[in-house]
Amino acid sequence: MSQFYTATDHFTIVPALMLALFGSAILMFDFLLFTDLRQRKWLLLFVLLAEGFTGYGLWRQQAYLTATGVAEITGFHGSVTIDGFGIYYNWIFVAAAVIVAIVSYKYLEISGEHHGEYYALILFAQSGMYFLAMGTDLITLFIGLELMALCFYVMVGFLRSDKRSNEAAIKYLLLGAFSSGFLVYGFSVMYGLAGSTKLTAVTAAIAMRPAWDPVVFLALATTSVGLLFKISAVPFHMWAPDAYEGAPTTVTAYLAVGSKAASIAFLLRMFLGPLATARNVWEPLLSVVAVATLTIGNLAAINQTNIKRLLAYSSISHAGYMLLGLIAGNETGINGIAVYVLVYTFMNLGAFLVVVALRRANIIGEGLEDIAGLMQKSPGYAVLMLIFLLSLSGIPPTAGFLGKYYIFLSLIQTGHYTLAVIAVLYVAVAVYYYFRIVRSMFARETEEKAPLATSFGLRVALAVSGALTLVIGIYPEPFLRLAQNSLLR
Amino acid sequence: MEHHLLSIVLWTPLAGMLILFFIPEANKKLIRLWANVVALTGFAVSVPLVFRFESGATGFQFVERADWIPSLGARYLIGIDGISLLLLMLTTVIGFLAILSSWNAIQDRVKEYYAMFLLLQTGMIGVFTALDFFLFFVFWEVVLVPMYFIIGIWGGPRKLYAAIKFFLYTLAGSVLLLLGILTLYFQYYKQFGVYTFEIQELMKLQLPLGLEQVVFWAFFLGFAVKVPMFPFHTWLPDAHVEAPTAGSVILASVLLKMGTYGFLRFSLPLLPQASADRTIVQILVVLSLIAIIYGALVSLMQQDWKKLVAYSSVSHLGFCTLGIFALTPNGLAGSVIQQINHGISTGMLFLIIGVVYERRHTREIAEYGGLAHVMPRFATVFAIAMFSSAGLPLLNGFIGEFTILQGTFEASRVWAAFAVSGVILGAAYLLWLYQRTMLGQVTNEKNRGLPDLSFRELAVFLPLILWAFWIGLYPKPYFDVLQKPVAEIVERVRPNRGQGLEARGQLAVSRPQAPDLRPRPGGSQ
Repeated sequence: MSQFYTATDHFTIVPALMLALFGSAILMFDFLLFTDLRQRKWLLLFVLLAEGFTGYGLWRQQAYLTATGVAEITGFHGSVTIDGFGIYYNWIFVAAAVIVAIVSYKYLEISGEHHGEYYALILFAQSGMYFLAMGTDLITLFIGLELMALCFYVMVGFLRSDKRSNEAAIKYLLLGAFSSGFLVYGFSVMYGLAGSTKLTAVTAAIAMRPAWDPVVFLALATTSVGLLFKISAVPFHMWAPDAYEGAPTTVTAYLAVGSKAASIAFLLRMFLGPLATARNVWEPLLSVVAVATLTIGNLAAINQTNIKRLLAYSSISHAGYMLLGLIAGNETGINGIAVYVLVYTFMNLGAFLVVVALRRANIIGEGLEDIAGLMQKSPGYAVLMLIFLLSLSGIPPTAGFLGKYYIFLSLIQTGHYTLAVIAVLYVAVAVYYYFRIVRSMFARETEEKAPLATSFGLRVALAVSGALTLVIGIYPEPFLRLAQNSLLR
Repeated sequence: MEHHLLSIVLWTPLAGMLILFFIPEANKKLIRLWANVVALTGFAVSVPLVFRFESGATGFQFVERADWIPSLGARYLIGIDGISLLLLMLTTVIGFLAILSSWNAIQDRVKEYYAMFLLLQTGMIGVFTALDFFLFFVFWEVVLVPMYFIIGIWGGPRKLYAAIKFFLYTLAGSVLLLLGILTLYFQYYKQFGVYTFEIQELMKLQLPLGLEQVVFWAFFLGFAVKVPMFPFHTWLPDAHVEAPTAGSVILASVLLKMGTYGFLRFSLPLLPQASADRTIVQILVVLSLIAIIYGALVSLMQQDWKKLVAYSSVSHLGFCTLGIFALTPNGLAGSVIQQINHGISTGMLFLIIGVVYERRHTREIAEYGGLAHVMPRFATVFAIAMFSSAGLPLLNGFIGEFTILQGTFEASRVWAAFAVSGVILGAAYLLWLYQRTMLGQVTNEKNRGLPDLSFRELAVFLPLILWAFWIGLYPKPYFDVLQKPVAEIVERVRPNRGQGLEARGQLAVSRPQAPDLRPRPGGSQ
């Protein structure tokens, strides 16, 4: 207790520290070094270095866990916990951030908004995500959440001259602030119950209460509002289509993948930690939410003509599938969420990256008609997009099938047959709207001849996402083992 | 090499497809040539299976087993028995002929076309060889994508509607099938403590009847859409009419058999109590009879040549499902043979439509008439295909339909009586079609100068004609190959009623073999 900042404390936050340091460094060196706009892409080096150090930190944490055989290391008197779960999700954040960072420069140059702080925001947001996955203290978690959210509010509105971007940012900010209010209210109730902000203490305090305790219910309900908002579950999803559509596409990708993965990790920490004993109360509630999320997400996607908006609704429906894993709640289900988040990251990033390439000098390139005839124009991109869309629909042998497989199996195992039938039937609905994009790419002709806006970074990112989407689908064993190690103990 | 024969058959088309990507788009001739070479190789490597297959042996042959996803208990496990052997050979033969027949018909986006076809080929072979339910499901779904593109890109005016309808119908069925699979998988874990998808392991399951029935209906929805059984058939006319010729051929000849194969390989052996359940059998038989008669009646009314053949498929597949759910050895064996027959004869009928469509670009029956005068060779081929489809003795259709009816008769005379009316109606719509298009005077001037079959076109038809005569004249090898697997299935579903092929033997098979009546506790390895 005597020491304020021990070596263990340092060890537990070193990855986030690196992200924050390099983020600050970008802010400083941006205008000192790079006076010419075109040189800004060298800022990528900072990002890659930061991710390198972060990755190294995570790797050392993992190595320590493996070497000593302990399940977790805690720092700052239990505020931060390093365990397989957190490390697993943080690897996903690293992948998402790297991919988003390396594809952004071309897009931002075309949009005329290539500024250094963009990269800093990516890193700051990621350090927030770090604490969402590793935090075990109400305050730490809340700060992590706000750090991530604030960065996203700015990034969504990054196209300052674009009205849609501004509108999206304001909408997201207002609704996000509101939901954070609910969340922090729930946290205050928990603190009132436990007299401590540590999750372990809150867990113990709630466990002592009866299942249908009104105070616990109050905490549960308000916390859930904040959590469900973040993963864009119905009825707290309204912000997602607008924010996804208005944001620069690279940010949309980061929002859809990074922010969602971090929020899922946060949600799991809460529902499997402090709220675990109130399962009988939240399971029916979440079931309703999950079915509503699947329904609205899938049905609303059918009529979209903007690809980003369509993918926004699809990402809402994916949140529904992940929630189903939590509702099943057995090992398969939680493991399934881990697999789902992993495959979702690559397939969804991939789909957005193709949309990124459609943005050219005078073409916004987000409509279904903009992707028409892509097979004729750039067959490679069209085939990759097909793979991503098949994976998003959950057709084997792509990665997306595996995510869904675990979720369905967990529902069968726990006897949620009705939910299972609803969930599988929405796969057919999803194929319908994903194949509207496929149809546009493969069966329609286009007059427009402007080549796609590609860059080296984009090609690398697409190749990696595409390869992983296929490899995880065809030979998933190593990835399944990774996910298995991430189970919360 | 020896051990991996089946794998080679399975992966040859896919390997050919991957190489196809390296041929430049502009070099259409080379692309066509390569695709045909791959398809022919695919057929050639499957021929040794026929010679090395031991028709008297029980269980599966050419089995290959390897771990694939240990975390799930999914294996790369393939093997064939008599039923899969026949369907596999049908796939490699029809696949090659369909690719050969596309030489002139497909002029746009040639490379994509052949790539899709070869992918489809691997998918279909995979379905017929997989002995691991997970692997099976992967192949089952893989088939959908190339077929979607074949209909959706190279099809007729309403191709996109037809393609997505095909995709969604089949997918909706197969996701429910997946739930059924997962239920069995989990039940097996509860009883034996291991996760496995192996079919032969899953056969050891002892389930309460209620649960078996639920799983049966889940399977049913998956397979019945594919067959398609009434009332799930509505995607079929659309898909057939819009698909390019080769697409229709492969769809009718092979893809539909995936559904009936599913019933034979999975529903019956894995869910024996439910499959023998009176209510379930009655529902399925009634649906089959409706399909037989309704399909035939609708065929009678068609003005569109291709639609007529499409609805005739509904009727013929009704015979196949009827044979399966008669649950007698004759019914089952007849059903498999009829599946092959339908592949041959309907494949030919669709190819025939392709021939005239390439020349006249219309499928209206009224546009034709008296073609026999203009295209005598064509008319002969068409006559053979028609008689084969109508079930004229000496040709293959007779053997299949007769055996099915015999098997059905053993189960119920009423069912057989209804089914026979389908045979009569079948002869009616086919003969009437022939009369309207081929016989009489040439009424339409446009038909006068039509060229007769070219050498390449004849080369496509010839193997199918020979095959039709072979089955019609000497079906013994087919019954020999089917006898063991069929007896095993019947033994599982209705213990102690595995005899009956004997009766068949006295009729058409010169040397009757005593059926294997040993009781089979649990599995059937």
